Parts: sequence; structure tokens; C-alpha cells
Amino acid sequence: MADIAITPAKSQIREASSWDQLKHNRNWLGFWFMVPAMAFLILFLAYPLGLGIWLSFTDTKIGRVGQFIGYENYEWLWDDAIFWLSVFNTLLYTFVASAIKFGIGLYLALLLNENMPFKALLRAAVLIPFIVPTVLSALAFWWIFDSQFSIISWSLKHLGLINENINFLGDTTWARICVIFANIWRGVPFVAITLLAGLQTVSPSLYEAATLDGASRWQMFRHITYPLLTPIIAVVMTFSVLFTFTDFQLIWAMTRGGPVNATHLMATLSYQRAIIAGQLGEGAAIASAMIPFLLAAIMVSWFGLQRRKWQQGENND
Amino acid sequence: MSSVQIRDVRKSFGNFEVLHGVTIPIEDGEFVVLVGPSGCGKSTLLRMLAGLENITSGTISIGDRVVNNVQPKERDIAMVFQNYALYPHMTVADNMGFSLKLRGAKQEEISTRVKRAAEILALTPLLERYPRQLSGGQRQRVAMGRAIVRDPQVFLFDEPLSNLDAKLRVAMRTEIKELHQRLKTTTVYVTHDQIEAMTMADKIVVMHDGIVEQMGTPLELYDTPANQFVAGFIGSPAMNFLKGKLKSNGSAGFEGPNGVKLPLKTAPANSDGQPAVYGVRPEHFTIADDGAEAEIIVVEPTGSETQVFAKLGGEQVVAVFRERHQFSPGDKIRLKPDPSLVHLFDETTGKRLNG
Repeated sequence: MADIAITPAKSQIREASSWDQLKHNRNWLGFWFMVPAMAFLILFLAYPLGLGIWLSFTDTKIGRVGQFIGYENYEWLWDDAIFWLSVFNTLLYTFVASAIKFGIGLYLALLLNENMPFKALLRAAVLIPFIVPTVLSALAFWWIFDSQFSIISWSLKHLGLINENINFLGDTTWARICVIFANIWRGVPFVAITLLAGLQTVSPSLYEAATLDGASRWQMFRHITYPLLTPIIAVVMTFSVLFTFTDFQLIWAMTRGGPVNATHLMATLSYQRAIIAGQLGEGAAIASAMIPFLLAAIMVSWFGLQRRKWQQGENND
Repeated sequence: MSSVQIRDVRKSFGNFEVLHGVTIPIEDGEFVVLVGPSGCGKSTLLRMLAGLENITSGTISIGDRVVNNVQPKERDIAMVFQNYALYPHMTVADNMGFSLKLRGAKQEEISTRVKRAAEILALTPLLERYPRQLSGGQRQRVAMGRAIVRDPQVFLFDEPLSNLDAKLRVAMRTEIKELHQRLKTTTVYVTHDQIEAMTMADKIVVMHDGIVEQMGTPLELYDTPANQFVAGFIGSPAMNFLKGKLKSNGSAGFEGPNGVKLPLKTAPANSDGQPAVYGVRPEHFTIADDGAEAEIIVVEPTGSETQVFAKLGGEQVVAVFRERHQFSPGDKIRLKPDPSLVHLFDETTGKRLNG
């Protein structure tokens, strides 16, 4: 009797198939949750990047499928003075603009972190350059720096400081200064607001303790604010450098790389060669030539972003 | 080391006055605890002493010098903060030596003084660690080390133990007291915990709503609280208060709620029929045949003693017995306050009526 009672129950329990096991595997499920994001990244990031690198090894033109030509595009660029000028311009533009953005951004962040009237309003106002579409602000700068109708020339003339309009975007040095100025104007809010967020994570009691320890305002900045801010500075400056290095809109709307290529960045030159002139292969080579520079910037941030020794250990404060 | 004089100090934030004229004399080497409920102004007073808040009126002097307009760093004080305020990016040694470094002390001098302080606090093996790698108690000790290194005139503690767990708190309490006995530096210690105040202080200052309610040694405050607030604040479990009328015709006595007769050694003169508050500490009840009848509600044994919650004349009271009675809820017992240890307070002002 006992045997009869047990047998049917036994037959209901079957071995879990490998499919059943897979259905309950968290890693398998996790993989499927990641698939949509992965698909997006592959379709819109990895594929264009791969295609761009592939194109740089071909002689593709608009309307003509190209053939693999090896390093020929790069060899051409190696002897191209305009390409090297654009590399120089890009580096100049990136380093000067980033350094000034960091300086002004940090200063603004420290200022906005103080207690003052209309604090919220001022913080919001700082963001304005960041919200305005780049092309619109570029157009405004275009007018501000116009050779005939520039408000700066007009004001200086009325103050009696100059006699003739300054040829802002027509002179090579002035043009570089102007585009860098416009880029700084646009990029400062990002740096300032991010650093402000970082400043607000510093406990006020540290400043009180430092006050009692006898620190002056400068010593507080030097020994407390700055070291505690370094991780966020590494993040924000990496992004700032990447954004500046790959800038296109502002230059294209203001100068299109002129005068005499003085403001041509690698991105604008690549666009001009690939899309305007139709030399897709060569344009792709210029764009691909940016990759080593960007990788270098990322490496710098990679080491800058590593957790410092004091950030390790449990965080229960 | 030096004395500290706080004279008629007031503090306002805008139109809102939080300290209404506080006067506290602190002697050289004394351990003074400012205690009171949240919002009584004790932390504000400490921060004014440190120079982190302005003094609206009155004077604070350290030693012979009025420090109202003296910069915090010139006051020669060291403070231990509630959250320790250790610099997270500096090692323990750097945290402790920071103030010396700012003052331009020589590297050798800094390291000798840091080492000496580390020895006192048993921090030597931790000197190269960062604050994040320390436990709460260790961080607390580093914060104290930072204060000791400077060898200041006055130590200020702002609720330094409230972030620690109960067991560690008791241990650190002893450690701080021992440290004070060793260094003999004038110390002002702020807490809301009356047990901390009782166990550590040479002098307790009870504050409430921006005024000093009473100042004195722990036992003075326990034995003769100046008013009902201090009586209720000091001691655990808190003192029982029963409202009623004084009787001074014939033998002195007190008529509690619902006519309960309570003993009194002496009543103030000409006070017959005067309404008053009768205060008795839980530990001053005994079981006696001539006691007032009470019905037990809850019995809470803690091992060393037993807390009994009972209804006396309709009011809930708590009594503490060290001896072990066999009580159970619903039992009727006769509770008798020790007449020599009874406190009487004015019903309206809360002032103490008996000597």
C-alpha cells in the first residue's frame, strides 16, 4: 500500500531541464535586461565609430563606394599643412578654453557657495549660457563680433578708445580669441554648477574645525576645499576637455574655420573635407585622427578618477 | 589653562532671542557640563565661546581677556565636534598636527607633540590611517587628540558622544573624565544626556529656553533642585510630581490627588491649604504599612533594581526598589515617600519651597 501511495507523487517530480535552469538563472535574465541598452550603444555608437574608421582606410567619395587603400589617407594628411594647422588650433582651443573655464568656473562656484541675497536666482542665472542652443548663442556672438555692426567696436568708438572697427572675425588672432571667448562663455556654467555641487558635499563643520585650528580663508581653500574637490575636478575637466576638443557647432556658425583656416578645428576640417567637398574617406581619416588625442584625455582622467587612498574604507559618517 | 567668565550673555538670531542673559563662572581646571533639552541654547553658547557665533551682548572672557571680538584662532581653545569634523583627506597624524602646521611649527615639533597625544589616547598604531578606516570610537579619540595636541587653555566638547552606541558611550565617558583628571584643562562640555552630565561634571549648568535654571555640583542638583524643571530633568527615572495642598496646622502633611495623604517633615510657615507640587524620586519610596495605597500597573525588573509603575491617588507614579519584592500587576501596595527626601515646589512658578 505504501508503495502505491508514493509512486504517483514520485512521477510528478521530473528533473529540471537545462531550459528550466536557464529560466531561473539571474545572470541570464540580467543579460536580457541589458540587451536593449546594448543594441542602442552598438547601433548608434559602436557602428558609426567602426564605419568611420573603416571609411578612413578607403577612398570613398559621396556617390561612390570606395575601395580599401590602406594608410593612403593618413599619408596624405601627414603632408597636409592645413591638417596640422587644425591640430594645432584644436589643441590651442582646447587647452586655453579649458584652463580659463576651470578658473572662472571654480571662482563662480566658490562665489555661489557663499551665503548671499538672491542665491537661488543667481545660481539659476549662471546656467543660462548652457540652456541657450549653441547655434543661437553662436549667432549672437557672430553679431557681437561683426566687422561692421559689432557692439564692442561701437562702444569703444563712442568711448573714444579706438577710431576704426576691430575686425574681430577677419583677423587671425582676433578670430581665435573670439571663438575661444564664445566657447568659454558657453562652457563655464557646466564647470561652475558641477563644482558647486562638489563644494556642497563638503561638511561645513570642517570649515569650523579649520577656523579653530587657525586656518585663514586661503589656507582653508588650499588644505580643505581643493583636496576634497579633486575627484570632482577630475570628472568635470575630463568632460570639459572632451567637449571642447570635439567642438563643431560654435566654430561652424561663427567662422566656418576662417579666416585662412585660423580657427579650423579637426572636427570642422573633417566636416568640410567629408561633407562639403565630398571626400568621405579623407574626412573620416581626420575624424579618426582625433581618437588618439581623446584616448589620451580619457587615460588622464582614468588615473585622475581612481579612488584616492582617503576615499577608501567604509563610509558611515 | 585658565578660567572662563560668561557674563550676562545674550544671543539673538534676527529678532529671535535664544539666550536671555546667561552668567556662568568657570574656574581654572573645572569640568563644566552644560545640559538641557534640545533648543535650550547650550550649543549656541558653546559656539559663542569658540568664536563661531557672534555675541549679541554681554561678555565672555578667557583668563583675564575679554574675547568678544577676538578671532577664534586667537582664543586658544580647542573644540571636539559632534560629528568629529575630521579632515577626510588627511591621515590621523596630519589631522592632529594640522593646527600646528598652520602655525608654522617645525616638522619635528609637530611629530613629537602628535606622538605624545597619540600615546595618551592609544592612537599610535592608527597614525597613518585615514578617518574612513577608523571606527566611531577611534574617530572620537582622534578628534580629542586634535584638541590635546594644541595644549589649549580650554577644551570645548559639543555632544561628542551622541554618535556612538550605548556601550561605547559609557566607555568614552570614563575616558574623557580620566583625560581631564590627567590634563586638568578647563573643559566645557555640552550634552542633552543628564547621565553624562551627572557622571562627568565638576559643575553642572542646567539650561532651559535660553536661561540657566540652576548651577551646582551633580549631587547638589540631585539633592536640592532649585525648581521643578531641574528636579524633573536630573535623575532617572524622573522624579514623580503630585499636585495637591499643603497642611501645616498641627502636624505637617500634604494632601495629594484624590485626598491621598502624603508625609512631610516640615511645611513652610503659614502655608496651610496652599496648593503645591509634591516631588518624590522613584528611589525614595519604601513599602510601609502607613504608606498610601497604590495599584501596580507594570513591573520592570532590570536585575540590579526593579521599577514599579503604579497608580497613586489616580496618578501614575514610578518607584524603584533595590530589594526584590514579589509584585505582579493589579497588586495593591502601600508606598511611603521618605519625608526627609521630599521636594516641594510652587504650583505656578515651579520654585522650590522647602530648604
